[in-house]
Amino acid sequence: MSEQITQEVFEHLVGLAALQLDPDQAEYLRRQLNNQLKAIRELEAIPLDEDIPISLHGVPYEESGSAKPREDEWIKYPDVKALLDQAPQIEDGYIVVPDIPHTELK
Amino acid sequence: MELCDLTALELTKMLRKKEVSAVEILQSSLDRISKVDGRPGSLDHTTELTEEDKQKVHAFITRTDEIALAQAQEVDRKISAGEDPGPLAGVPFSVKDIFCVKDTYSTAASKILANFKAPYTATPVERMLQAGAVMVGKVNLDEFTYGSSNESSAFQPSPRNPWKTDRVPGGSSGGSAASVGAGEVPLSLGTDTAGSIRQPAAFCGVVGVKPTYGRVSRYGLIAFASSLDCPGPVARTVSDAAAMLQVIGGADSHDATASPLAMPDYLSTIEDGVKGMRIGLSPDYFRITYPDPKTGDLLSQPLPAEIENAVRSAAEKLAAMGAEIIEDVPMPNTRFGIPAYFVISRVEAASNLHRYDGVKYGLRTQQSFNDLNKMYRFTRNEGFGLQPKLRILMGMYVSAAQYSEQYYRRALRVRTLIRRDFEAVYDPRGKYRLDALLTPTTPTTAFEMAAVYGDSVLMQYADQLTVPANHAGIPGISLPAGFDASGLPIGIQLLGADFTESTLFRIGRAFEKATETEPWRQVKPQVLQG
Repeated sequence: MSEQITQEVFEHLVGLAALQLDPDQAEYLRRQLNNQLKAIRELEAIPLDEDIPISLHGVPYEESGSAKPREDEWIKYPDVKALLDQAPQIEDGYIVVPDIPHTELK
Repeated sequence: MELCDLTALELTKMLRKKEVSAVEILQSSLDRISKVDGRPGSLDHTTELTEEDKQKVHAFITRTDEIALAQAQEVDRKISAGEDPGPLAGVPFSVKDIFCVKDTYSTAASKILANFKAPYTATPVERMLQAGAVMVGKVNLDEFTYGSSNESSAFQPSPRNPWKTDRVPGGSSGGSAASVGAGEVPLSLGTDTAGSIRQPAAFCGVVGVKPTYGRVSRYGLIAFASSLDCPGPVARTVSDAAAMLQVIGGADSHDATASPLAMPDYLSTIEDGVKGMRIGLSPDYFRITYPDPKTGDLLSQPLPAEIENAVRSAAEKLAAMGAEIIEDVPMPNTRFGIPAYFVISRVEAASNLHRYDGVKYGLRTQQSFNDLNKMYRFTRNEGFGLQPKLRILMGMYVSAAQYSEQYYRRALRVRTLIRRDFEAVYDPRGKYRLDALLTPTTPTTAFEMAAVYGDSVLMQYADQLTVPANHAGIPGISLPAGFDASGLPIGIQLLGADFTESTLFRIGRAFEKATETEPWRQVKPQVLQG
């Protein structure tokens, strides 16, 4: 069977995933992806009736067994500095990043 | 027998009788860690493994001795003052390093979070601390929990199996299971997304519980697959696991998926036995599927006889105690658990991993760029290991608009079929009316280090008997049930209907009592011999 994730498809995925791979990593990852797809293909052989719904969770979330939504209240975080201190680069209380490239939307 | 070899409930009982102090218990635990654990996992991969390294457990990434000492002293103060020190007072525990704990490194075993000190504490950890338990450190795992052997951790040396240190401890809660199995701590907090508590528990000869989805809050858990992740206990006895779940479970306003259903008193019914219970055996859990190493084609074969025999022997013991064993229970969609998991977990993982971008916290590449996108790419390339990258790429592929119907939505519908298998056999008005299914936990015992790592498909199939419970959201428990011919622990698994953990604890405790005088119960792990 031909590889489903070709070099071209793989490079597109790498771009979407915001990764920058070296050639050895890329070769390993593309091979593993194609191997995994072989296993995933088993799903295609399963007869599925049209009326079978999707399950986003195993345990059903009915009203009686679900937490009530909280009031949407603004609460000041007690230690903002501790959060900001996690950022790799801050200046005057702002998180600093490199320039955001401007792209023309098609 | 040292203090650290006692159970959590024995320790806290002795503490309340003032036969021992929390500081003495802690010291015993720290001494054991110093004796068997070896050097902690670190990002330094240049140091070659020595022969001594190969004999150690390496469960820990971070030890928190000073914090633990302060916690133990506070427990002793409360006891001296006549205050209630909490239900797990003075019990040392370890925490899988996938949970945020305020002011400690919370790394997810990844370089991208190696410098991250959490600004808050996860709910299950907070509840353990409020119960008087003493946190001795953070333990290793597969990077972001992505694996079944712990070898993918960015923090090396990765943990080793205390029963045979040339074997993996399982994963991803391998550090948790290894730390409990080696007697370093009586309790550990792990997580289970496809079997990540139960599989390492089986490999390390300890008890591991995957609670019902929603029984334990996920607040403060660094997310992998949010619809599947379950925090849960690792312990050496069923009663200890029940006592720990009692503490960590229950509603939490910080997690909308945490169930508001009342917590039962697990210990009040744990000795009630199994008389009249209906326990099922399914042929679908006695066959295993695995990919051919050369062609990748999926093959099927019977379970190894030693593992099947352990399950059938357990069934006979439970029958002798009054349970009714129901044979030939059909669970036809079990074999689709891994293919569906390959899709669902990757989509959720890819979504969760997009937050790591070098902007708000964690690693940012040291290379200087004037383009944000380049900074993202180089940061994520340097920070993530191969397994997170693999999950991101697969998640993006199977959720792409043109493949979503073929893969993602189909996997979610197969998940419905897996759930229906369980609903049918637990239905009180159905044909089988089971209280629990009894199955093997794993298709093999602990495999050798490096034997599987790198083959992401074969590694995933290590979870084939545990992952159906995650799809269905139901609870499961793995129990030690003896050893194979090479002296490695065998685990058996009980699976129940939603929120029936108390039933699983009763059956598990009955099995413990039925086997407590058997010679295998006296065998010690390799790291504690001689």
